[in-house]
Amino acid sequence: MITVEELSKRYGAHQSVDRVSFQAQPGSVTGFLGPNGAGKSTTMRMMTGLTPPSAGRSTILGVPYAELPNPGRHVGVLLDASAQHNGRTGREILRLGATVMGLRRQRVDEMLQIVGLSGDEGDRRVGNYSLGMRQRLGIAHALLGDPQVLILDEPANGLDPAGIHWMRGLLKSFADRGGTVLLSSHLLHEIEVIADHLVVIGRGVIVADGSKAELLNAAGTLVRALDPDALARCLDVSGYTYQTSPDGAYVVDATREQIATATAQHGVVVTELRGADGAGLEDMFLQLTAEDAREKVTA
Amino acid sequence: MSTATHQAPIQVSPDPSVTPVPFSRLLRVELRKLVDTRAGFWLLTAIGLITVAVIVVFLFVADPDQLTFVNFVGATATPQSILLPVLGILAVTAEWSQRTGLVTFTLEPSRIRIAVAKLVAVTLVGLLAVVVALGVAALSNLAGMAFMDGAGSWNVGAANVRDFFAVQLIGIVQGFAFGMLLMNTAAAIVLYYVIPIAWTVLFSMVGSLESAAPWLDVNTAMAPAFEQQTFQGGDWAHLAVSGTIWVLLPLALGLLRLLHREVKSA
Repeated sequence: MITVEELSKRYGAHQSVDRVSFQAQPGSVTGFLGPNGAGKSTTMRMMTGLTPPSAGRSTILGVPYAELPNPGRHVGVLLDASAQHNGRTGREILRLGATVMGLRRQRVDEMLQIVGLSGDEGDRRVGNYSLGMRQRLGIAHALLGDPQVLILDEPANGLDPAGIHWMRGLLKSFADRGGTVLLSSHLLHEIEVIADHLVVIGRGVIVADGSKAELLNAAGTLVRALDPDALARCLDVSGYTYQTSPDGAYVVDATREQIATATAQHGVVVTELRGADGAGLEDMFLQLTAEDAREKVTA
Repeated sequence: MSTATHQAPIQVSPDPSVTPVPFSRLLRVELRKLVDTRAGFWLLTAIGLITVAVIVVFLFVADPDQLTFVNFVGATATPQSILLPVLGILAVTAEWSQRTGLVTFTLEPSRIRIAVAKLVAVTLVGLLAVVVALGVAALSNLAGMAFMDGAGSWNVGAANVRDFFAVQLIGIVQGFAFGMLLMNTAAAIVLYYVIPIAWTVLFSMVGSLESAAPWLDVNTAMAPAFEQQTFQGGDWAHLAVSGTIWVLLPLALGLLRLLHREVKSA
């Protein structure tokens, strides 16, 4: 369980994180989604005691991070898989972690096995690791102390599709055992397949917070007909608001049942009728990204 | 009426059986981090090899009547005093240059505990280096007597040994303090070596400053130890003042900086 309350960070005149509040519940995977530079990493550093917040507080398992005894045994943290000494081997890095946490030596070998860094790879220096291997090592390090909570910043970065599939399974089973997972990403589709709950941040402000189902369904229903004009008339008469997409489909603020009933009454032949699949979320996300991109150009 | 029907809440408090990380484990990890990278390993190896090499060279080039234990020990003082502080610097700056601080300070959020563990670790390695130097010097003294017709005097006072330890420890703590204050390997190493040179230039150019030198420059204050003399009353006062300026002050400011600095990956 992670609780973030009104967390803020100001750098000079720039408000990097602005009164961010959300919760990550046990037994679920919470996706922390936002474009690059939206404040995800800063928020995660504040949650783990690395960056002092300008205001607000956060707790993990009901306790501020700095007051957790032996935090590695409660929270697995991966903030940057590349932030490791290139001269150490993967096994050595896990061994240092295991020593601080007071774990038995075999735990290191177990974790290397679990993340698929076979004996030989574990003994290579991380300077020779690919980004995907570093992510696997980072995840091994986060899981080392058998924590109840995971905080992972962009853990899918650099993983190949098989690696992403693997990680999804790993995090799902971690959550199914009652664990709390918070992971960030700047890619909607990457996080959509893993997360149960989404928290969207843009320019340091939370812009959406809800279960994945809620946020995706909020987008409405997509409908397509043989005669688009007839469909439009039908929707107008029925009093539903809608938007036209460039390929002739309509995204309507109504349920599938309502639209099916209306089109049947008006004799409109429907060729496609389905949930809009987060088109709204994607639009919102694209808008956030585009605004930030513009900002960078003018800066 | 009863709470028996309430669902058991999912555990949202830390497992009470987990206790804080004891200092001994932090120290073990910091000691290990000094030797488990190529940079650390070769630095320590270099310190060891150079210590031995200097003593062997001394054995062959010095006059037989110079081949005494105290002179052998003295020969190791300069190379060790140059290299040991680098160990102190690297122990701190690697957390920033290699960004390992992200892991170090999430596993132990108390930065002061990490700093103390690092300081104790580099101090222990410094002591070990001096002990090795004493051992090699003793062996060489025996070899000098056996093969080089050396004087072989064991005449070394406890004060000599004490000063020898003091000088190396001051150096290593100074390096550590510079590393902590600057948090950058290159800057710390350059400043550590440039400041004494700058002082020497200044003192030789401005004659009136010469008497102030041992008060302002920790290297001048330590000079007696390198001339096989022991520190006397006035020397300790010099050490106390210059050491406060160049060791304790940077150490305090460095700790302050560490406590407030944001630990970032980029």
